[in-house]
Amino acid sequence: MTSYALFLGCTIPARQPNYELSARKALAKLGIELVDLANMTCCAPPPVQSIDLETSLSMAAYNICLAEEADLNMVTLCTGCFESLAMTNTMLKENEKLREDVNRILSKAGEEFQGSKEVKHYLQVLKDDVGVERMKQSISKPLNNLKVASFSGCHLLRPSELLKFDDPERPRIFDDLIEALGAKSIEYRNKLKCCGGLLRGYADDLALKIAREKLVNTTKAGADCISTLCPFCFLTLDMGQLMIKSKFQEEYNMPVLHYAELLSIALGIDPKELALEFHKVKLYKVLNKIG
Amino acid sequence: MEHERTEKGRSLAFSNMVRSRLGGETITSCYQCGTCASSCPVAKITDKFNPREVIKLSLLGEKEEVLSSDFIWLCCSCYNCQERCPQKVEIADVIYALRNIAFEKGYIPNLYSEFASAIINDGRIAKISKFMEQKRPAIGLPPLQPTGVEALRKILSATGFDKLQKEKEEAP
Repeated sequence: MTSYALFLGCTIPARQPNYELSARKALAKLGIELVDLANMTCCAPPPVQSIDLETSLSMAAYNICLAEEADLNMVTLCTGCFESLAMTNTMLKENEKLREDVNRILSKAGEEFQGSKEVKHYLQVLKDDVGVERMKQSISKPLNNLKVASFSGCHLLRPSELLKFDDPERPRIFDDLIEALGAKSIEYRNKLKCCGGLLRGYADDLALKIAREKLVNTTKAGADCISTLCPFCFLTLDMGQLMIKSKFQEEYNMPVLHYAELLSIALGIDPKELALEFHKVKLYKVLNKIG
Repeated sequence: MEHERTEKGRSLAFSNMVRSRLGGETITSCYQCGTCASSCPVAKITDKFNPREVIKLSLLGEKEEVLSSDFIWLCCSCYNCQERCPQKVEIADVIYALRNIAFEKGYIPNLYSEFASAIINDGRIAKISKFMEQKRPAIGLPPLQPTGVEALRKILSATGFDKLQKEKEEAP
């Protein structure tokens, strides 16, 4: 059994227990053990980076230190957390001066960044530790050619030099993992474009316009659902549809599922056990098609 | 002549200030090709934001205009511009550096001030409600581990983050 320190972050436990639940169930079924460590904090996402980059690097490094002490590599579910932590991990491993500066700060909290561990997104764990072939063999309920519009979110891919996840302009990993479930990963216009999520709260009108484009394009392409990896993208596209309905008088009824939810269903886990009631856009269309 | 010299001095002072900061290092490599603007999802729908303009105004030393306006806060941090820049200007990071400077100068949007308070008080940017915590066992989730607020506060005090926020709170 392969073990990872789970970095849960803030938004998932605060708003999307459905995501956490499906990820825990699916990964356990595929032989990945998630270890919950005490004393983690916020990952230091873009809002913290906006306030002070030195603080954000130190916060991210502090959390990586906890995994180092537990002698575990770290896995994230949220792509925002992945970006903050993986970016910091690469920067501090590659830049000695920066590492010294951050370690001077961390010493006040009794920590020291060693650079001995990896930070992975759970898609990397699926791809590298489980493997697409073994995933295909583990599927007991193939998704019946469900047309899935994959939306990885910006911070899984970019900045690619630091995240080293996939080709930033022509990524394949996420789409391959969708197809491993017996679904069809479809193409649609501006697939890699942002959902606008980080403008929420500051410029809601602009955020909503950008999110709307994603719904227009996936609808035009005939998607049965959108699949996300990031809780912010999920929020923007799922709950966002209610806001778009009231602002633009347009109804898309586009189900949005986290990849871990699709994976759990394909692994034969009963959808009733997945707390799907946390979705704003109801999923019966998708569940009926899977059968 | 004198006027020109002051203008140049002003622009150099500000671009040097940006360049000397974390995230701002690459700003002076920009040759204004506009690849960033054409890759930007925000610039596509509003003329209130344009990454090429942010860089240009900063290089021209328009410090007050850059720091005090809405401008720098409308970047959605998607990194599309940075990924495609032929000059390897780390545009999204330059914008973070500009935001960091704005924060120090007291130009702090309320939303970000709330983010900072949440970090200082709870160690988390999104608070986990009692309702959600109590719901966890019912849907089969393990209890949450404690958050490392104490260690985090030591870090925030070492970087001066807590002071940044205090200045905002004490501002008239």
